[in-house]
Amino acid sequence: MAVSRRDFFKLSGSGLAAATLGFNLAPVEAKAEDLAIRYAKESTTICPYCSVGCGMIVHTLGGNVINVEGDPDHPISEGALCPKGSSVFQLRDNKARVTTPMYRAPGASEWKEVSWEWALDEIALKVKKTRDASFMPTSKIKIKEKMGGVDVEKEIEAVVNRTMGMASVGSAALDNEECYLYQKFLRGLGLVYIEHQARI
Amino acid sequence: MTNHWIDFKNSDVILIMGSNPAENHPVSFRWILKAKEAGAKVICVDPRFTRSAAKADLYAPLRSGTDIAFLGGMINYILQNKLYFEQYVRDYTNSSYLVNADFKMPGDLAGLFSGYDAKKRSYNAKAWSFQKNADESIMKDPTLQDPNCVFQLLKKHYGRYTLDLVSKTTGTSKEKLLEVYKLYASTGKPDKAGTELYAMGWTQHTVGTQNIRAMVIVQLLLGNMGIAGGGINALRGESNVQGSTDHGLLFHILPGYLPVPSADLKDTAAYIEKYTPKTKDPQSANWWANRNKYLISYLKAIYGAKATKENDFAYSLLPKLDPGMNGSWLMIFDNMIKGKFKGFFAWGQNPACSGSNSNKVRSALSKLDWMVTANLFDNETASFWKGPGVDSSKVKTEVFFLPVAASFEKEGSITNSGRWAQWRTAAVKPQGQSKPDAEIIHELYQKIKSLYAKDGGALPEQLSALTWNYGFKRADGTIKSIDAHAIAKEINGYFLEDVEDKPKPLKPGEKAPLPPPPGTPKKMLGKKGELAGSFGQLQADGSTSSGNWLYTQSYNEKGNLMARRGKKDPTGLGMFPEWSWCWPVNRRILYNRASVDLNGKPYNLKKAVVYWNANAPLPNGKTGAWVGDVPDGPWPPMANEKDGKKPFIMKPDGVASVFGSGLKDGPFPEHYEPVECPVPENFFSKQMSNPASKVFSDAGVKEDVLATCDVRFPLVATTYRVTEHWQTGVMTRNTPWLLELQPRQFCEISVELAKEKSIGNGDIIEVSSARGKIEAVAMVTPRIKPFQIGGKTVHQIGLPWCFGWTTPGVGDAANLLTPTAGDANTMIPETKAFMVGIARKG
Repeated sequence: MAVSRRDFFKLSGSGLAAATLGFNLAPVEAKAEDLAIRYAKESTTICPYCSVGCGMIVHTLGGNVINVEGDPDHPISEGALCPKGSSVFQLRDNKARVTTPMYRAPGASEWKEVSWEWALDEIALKVKKTRDASFMPTSKIKIKEKMGGVDVEKEIEAVVNRTMGMASVGSAALDNEECYLYQKFLRGLGLVYIEHQARI
Repeated sequence: MTNHWIDFKNSDVILIMGSNPAENHPVSFRWILKAKEAGAKVICVDPRFTRSAAKADLYAPLRSGTDIAFLGGMINYILQNKLYFEQYVRDYTNSSYLVNADFKMPGDLAGLFSGYDAKKRSYNAKAWSFQKNADESIMKDPTLQDPNCVFQLLKKHYGRYTLDLVSKTTGTSKEKLLEVYKLYASTGKPDKAGTELYAMGWTQHTVGTQNIRAMVIVQLLLGNMGIAGGGINALRGESNVQGSTDHGLLFHILPGYLPVPSADLKDTAAYIEKYTPKTKDPQSANWWANRNKYLISYLKAIYGAKATKENDFAYSLLPKLDPGMNGSWLMIFDNMIKGKFKGFFAWGQNPACSGSNSNKVRSALSKLDWMVTANLFDNETASFWKGPGVDSSKVKTEVFFLPVAASFEKEGSITNSGRWAQWRTAAVKPQGQSKPDAEIIHELYQKIKSLYAKDGGALPEQLSALTWNYGFKRADGTIKSIDAHAIAKEINGYFLEDVEDKPKPLKPGEKAPLPPPPGTPKKMLGKKGELAGSFGQLQADGSTSSGNWLYTQSYNEKGNLMARRGKKDPTGLGMFPEWSWCWPVNRRILYNRASVDLNGKPYNLKKAVVYWNANAPLPNGKTGAWVGDVPDGPWPPMANEKDGKKPFIMKPDGVASVFGSGLKDGPFPEHYEPVECPVPENFFSKQMSNPASKVFSDAGVKEDVLATCDVRFPLVATTYRVTEHWQTGVMTRNTPWLLELQPRQFCEISVELAKEKSIGNGDIIEVSSARGKIEAVAMVTPRIKPFQIGGKTVHQIGLPWCFGWTTPGVGDAANLLTPTAGDANTMIPETKAFMVGIARKG
């Protein structure tokens, strides 16, 4: 019996091919039914690494991530993942993950764990202090003005409302909504030194 | 990207130059291979024989930093052999425009264009202006014969890029150059498509922007823009670097590519006047004429009711730059090392490893009073105070480490390189005490705002005027947690009032339509409180808001379009219009009306992106509509002189720029050597390096040293990524599976260089530059070959840049070797071509 590749798949669906070829797929199916993901919740996500935007399915059970794999419905990746994407699972239960805020005092040689409340209160105080000390409401700039049809340069005190003592870099790994919120926050503080990965 | 990942499959010739998708965008390579299966040819041009090269039909090596010479030769070949797509060049580019007769080019001006000011190291672009008619419209010669027309100037300029000179500079053999030129130029036929895939291999040079410009010129000559399987495609490096750029996390742009205002623009009127291009061309859509709507809608989004017509929409609260002030990456660390900053946020980024000349960055961090880092893992930036050679007790910087949630522990969208904004759901709660970045930003905002409310301070309104109404509230009205959907809707924008759909103003000579019968209800664009449908509905009078006009439509009354999972592909070209959503207005291929002739008929009928159906009935009783992808505008084809519009709608004149007057370093790309190079002369002119790029090496900062043609550093070096690691490796070095696959810093060297230096495969070597040194395992490989440059042997080496000292035993950052030098237009650091020396250790 001649079986084309296409026929093979058709036949195997009904179990005929297995019989024809002399092996039985039943144990494989039974094993699949036993997989831990059988009872897991599926959540769709997009890979956090490069910019291809491959689809992923995260399987969770009882608040734990038990598996991450390619999303076969995704039109770009069609279920495939590269080594990085395939390893996203290890970003979760990872001993190196920092899961508590930490602080390093001036001159200290080690980190110490601190509470969120303390860390954010301290940062807020420092941001305010630095902003208040380095805020420039105006700046002397040169502009050109037309006087009698000719450009004349003159110096003016222009409103700039910017904070000179702080800068920010990051972040291309944030969600769009977070990027938008972050730039809004930084510009709300008067920052102009705002940069991130796109520049480098 | 002008096109998108799946679209690679529609290509006839794929040029991989300045990128390495097989290793750095691995899953995208399936679409390159699908093109190959369908008969396409793949070309790879790279200093190294990469895995992309291994799968290519044609591989050509070139010395790092000589891409313009290589591509200039291609432009010359296309012009000399008349392989360009003439109708496209004439109709859709500025090739017919006449440049002023005084304009001179590098061939006549010792490597410079007209208008150069050596003291300021900058050009006055007025010297590159076009000739104008009496009515201020641009003079053109549609026959492309006038000696001052762009096309003839292009021919003259690149006539200098002979095979001999190109080969002498790039080190590519003349035979290989010809093979590449011939194959790629075959896409100049109207029904053939060629695409170019680039990444940091092109951007990280002092001539980075001009590398890309050179290829844009090739693509325009061959008619490859706006078509399926064509385009100029930046393979961006990070999952959401497209989105973070779109949303303005850069010193020079607000969300939606609105320039950050400068102090000389005292009100919104002055801003709009400056940034609204004007055109005399009745067939130009001149899309940026809508600038006013986007700016005012942004101000309404961030300041809400605090932005009124009376206070000029609170424009004064936006922080402003001085005219000409540069706040870009290199300047931040330059200012930091000079002690000009007290505080610093490194939010999800590791500059102590990713910043060029990392020793300068690390030293700069120690000048800070305080630093906030947000990350998943410890890294070289957060812990710089205990890095190699640092005495912690002497570093005064206070550092806060804020642990953040992983991508699958929160909800929101990210935008891939093809501009698809895809929604991610939250699979689990954040690990331990870590929090989503948005929550941390929100809490910090609230705390700082209340400090100002309590104690006062510098202009508290700048912060307190921000709209901040994001979701789940407690009984006392304070926000319990951030709702990403609420932010996504703010980005999309709202109707703040009922907005009437007013008829367009009449054109001269046009008759006014009959007034509707009395009692006819007004036609509305939208009602107060509704989400804006698309950016065409945004208004300049404060009646609409939009945090980012480019994303208007992403989350409208139809729902969260970014979360869509529809699999229909009506064109068969892989555009999947119902999968997620892409900007702008779900247009999958930008400038797609350049894929058709003046009557709207596709140049390639088999792969039609859009076509004009003159008989399609419209709701208003008229006929004629575009079918296929979302067209770049609804107007009829250009043959309709009254209503037709040109396809390059973001350009003031509706045509693409072969001649680029907006560049800082010349209207045509010209070859200049990298700031560090192996040759004592530029074979093209007397001008060694880019005359308009900023020089840091003479400002007295000891870290900013350069060494060109220095016997200690005779080897050309480049940096790159590996499949198993990502960026500086903060996430991947901490992923055991990946670290095991790619465990430490190596240095690729040729068999010939290894022999010369008595280095064996696997030996430990020291790689040094004028700025630093690192240890690496020698990988002796035939994948890199020595070049013959101007009759001399020049060796090239390669280094991955994903390692750093916080991971034990992997080696330190390759960026300790790279220089402080930036592209003339973007200030992206030159980390892809610099000089090093190597020696075996022990």
